Formats: sequence, structure tokens, C-alpha cells
Amino acid sequence: MRLAISQRKSDSTFLRVMPMRKLLRPIKDVGIVGYGAYVPMFRIKSAEIGRVWGINAFPIEEKAVNNLDEDALTIGIEAARNALKRAKIDPGLIRAIWFGSESKPYAVKPSATVIAEAIGATPHLDAADFEFACKAGTEALQAAIGFVGSGMAEYAMAIGADTAQGRPGDHLEFTAAAGGAAYIVGEKSSETLAYFEGSYSYVTDTPDFWRRQHEHYPRHGNRFTGEPAYFRHIINAAKGLMEELGLTVNDFDYAVFHQPNVKFPLTVAKILGIPVERVKPGLLSGVIGNTYSGATLVGVSAVLDIAKPGERILWVSFGSGAGSDAFSLVVQDAIEEKRDLAPKTWDYINRKKYIDYALYVKHRGKLLM
Amino acid sequence: MGKPMQVSRFWRHFKEKYRLIGTKCKKCGKIHFPPRQVCNECGSREMEEVQLSGRGKVISWTIVRNPPSGFEYYKPYPLALIELEEGPIILAQLTDVEPEEITFGMEVEMVTRKIREFNEDGIILYGYKFRPPVK
Repeated sequence: MRLAISQRKSDSTFLRVMPMRKLLRPIKDVGIVGYGAYVPMFRIKSAEIGRVWGINAFPIEEKAVNNLDEDALTIGIEAARNALKRAKIDPGLIRAIWFGSESKPYAVKPSATVIAEAIGATPHLDAADFEFACKAGTEALQAAIGFVGSGMAEYAMAIGADTAQGRPGDHLEFTAAAGGAAYIVGEKSSETLAYFEGSYSYVTDTPDFWRRQHEHYPRHGNRFTGEPAYFRHIINAAKGLMEELGLTVNDFDYAVFHQPNVKFPLTVAKILGIPVERVKPGLLSGVIGNTYSGATLVGVSAVLDIAKPGERILWVSFGSGAGSDAFSLVVQDAIEEKRDLAPKTWDYINRKKYIDYALYVKHRGKLLM
Repeated sequence: MGKPMQVSRFWRHFKEKYRLIGTKCKKCGKIHFPPRQVCNECGSREMEEVQLSGRGKVISWTIVRNPPSGFEYYKPYPLALIELEEGPIILAQLTDVEPEEITFGMEVEMVTRKIREFNEDGIILYGYKFRPPVK
């Protein structure tokens, strides 16, 4: 650890009195007492979208589409209920519900309050919606770790869920999907099914993807979204976390990276030297698409569904704009008795019904009545 | 979707709509949904709130093809009478199911979904619907 003295061209000298510690770790050790995922049952094949727009090369096989009566909020409710089933706690003990999404049903009015009411957590709690493109879910998780780790609260819930928007005909339309997951954070104990060794966030101002106020669809910087945005942030976050914890890629049994498609996370694994078989269990974008704020949260839920006590998971999100949150998670004994208390992620993925582009358009609310 | 919006009227029922909170008579034990202040079995006014499990069976259903205003976008949709495992029979929409898949006695579970929206600038109403169990 070092003390940093930064000198500017002016006369002023700034002394940073805080040590330059990159790792984020709260005073108390915290872990996950319950997790739950949800993926809507409708799927559209990339080939069907391609048929309409005359495109025949696709980044994924198929993606999940919300039902007519589903939005990011209802996805959040079901994920939260599943997390609660595994946590086996009184919902009234949850002192914060933070909902990360970029497709909130209301521009102004928290979705988190509806979710809190729906799971019976009101009124003694904090609630808010987070937005950081695809990183809002892990952003909420960072906050929950701090909230519980500081001793302010016994339990806090972080949710990431989206019904992502892709402009018709744009290549994002192939991947922008619906799904989400919720995590309840509590102090590390025999009740936690996995604990956080530490986390690290890496953020810069990189305008690779955005949606302006009142716009229906986001815009992106095409190839600019790859190298300076996705890869730079994910790789720096992953390396930064491992350095701070004194770990190498060989210490991790699973790795889950943000998954806008299948190729990007596999490329990250290759760059970091992680074998493909450690990435595959948490790589779901090929069959459900990119669930944006939900993406890594859903991926990690699929890993927790199969992981054994003692195994270690590297978890790195990415959100455009841009930044990454990296977590190191160690699975504990409680996973064995808790994982069967709610539907598993693959129970939802296997429950599928294909729709054509016409029904997809209706489900996505694109028809003017 | 041009019906007047009565926010307070909906807000008063959020608990029962979002998570099936009913009432149980402290005297005779009968469970009611929607919640009641007086037991229709024994007349007692001693009631307590009870969380219903959300599991039940379809006892009858129809397909709504000409829906009331505010529900046009969802047509056609199934509307069913569901007998909850605690006893009450309630009217609710079925979701995540095709009309031809519905059968008498089909087991269902409660989910919270969007019921309707009031124009582009109005509130969004959420509430219970039922679907075949995931597990």
C-alpha cells in the first residue's frame, strides 16, 4: 500500500491521505443468503428476425421475449420471490431493495417500491432504482454489500432485470432480451450459500452506447463498443480484482462475464487464459440473449444451481458508458439445501415457446392501437 | 384505453392484488379472498390477515375475445375461476398458457403481472394472474 502525492502544474499539491486500496471490501464479511432468477417463456429465433430484415449471420441462436403482461418490474418480482424462497427469511427484515434496469416501466416512479410491496417487505426499508446500462444490477449488488457490510442493515436485496430494447432491424435486435435475477445479501454465516471475498469496480467515461430521454431505442458506437468499452473495462476489472486478492485465473472454478453475445465473453476468457468449460455454465446469451442488467446475475444463478461448496466464482459485469464490477464469490455448504427451494435457472430456460416476428412485435408493445 | 383512472381505488387493494392477502376468521377459521371485515360463515368480526399460497386449480374458464376497454391489446386471453387450496374461489386471468392447453382441474400458481395500463401517461396496474406451475 502506498500514499499517493499528485502534483499538478499549478502550485497546489494534493496529498491523498487515504491509502490507494483498489479492493472494495466491507468491514463485515457478507454473502448471499438467497438468489433467484426468472426468464420469460417466449423465444424468438435469430433466423426469424433475420428473415424479416434480410440478414443471415447471427450472434446468438435465440432470445427470451417477455409476455404481453410482463415488464422489467414483473420479472424483478418473480426473481425476488425465488430469492426469498431460498433465503427463508421474513421479507420484513430486508432493509433495502435496489432494482437495476434500463427498461423501467416508469421514467419517474420507483419500480423497487412495487417489488417491495409485492414481496411483503414494506415499509421499513430503503428502495431505489439504479441505472448503468447493463451494469445496473451489479451496481445494486455493490451497494447491497456495502449496506450490509457496514452493519447498517441485516439484509439487502439487489435485482437486475430488463426487457431490453433493440431498434427493429438493428443488430441489437437479435440479442436484446428479457430476464433478470435477484440476490439477497446478508452477513456471512452458515446461512449464506456463498460469500464475497472482495469486489472491484472499474469505470471511465466511454460513450459506447446510450439512450436519450424520451427515445424508444438506444444508439451505439458500432465497433467502438468492443475494444475501448467492453474488453477494456471487463479485463481491467477482472485483473484488478485478482491482483488485489492475490489470486490467479487458476483459482477460479467458474467465470461469468457480461454477455452481449457469445463471442465477447469467450474472447475475454481466452485473453485471461480461462478454459472455455469454466465459462460455459454461466454463459446463457446463446439461448436467452442479452438480458442487460440481468445478464451476469442470471449467469451466476445458473452457476450457483450446480456449484459445489468451496468452489470459487469470478463474476464480472459490464455496463456501457462505461464500467465493470468484478466480484470473487466462494460457494458455501448452505448451497446444497437451498438450491432446490426455488425453480432453477434452466427450469425457466427449458420452459419455452417459440413465437414469430408478428407475435414478437405484439409482445414488445410495438403496435399502435 | 380511455377509462378514467382512479388511483386511490386501486392503491387501496395493492396488498390483495400483488400478493393475495386474504382474511381468516378467528372464530370459525374460514378463509376469505378478497378480504372481508365480517365472516360470511359465522358473522364474526374478528378477522386476521392471511397470506394465501397462490396455488389452486382451474374449475372453469373462458376465452375473452371482445374485452372491456383497457384490455384490448391482450386479446384473446383466458379468464378462469380458480379454487385456491385454502378454499376461496377467485376470478383471474390465466397467463403463459395457450387456450388449447387449459383443462378442468389444471393446477396453477399465482404470478404478479401487468393487468392494464391507463394511456401512455397513466399508472400501470399490477396484480395476480395464474399460470401452470414452473416446477
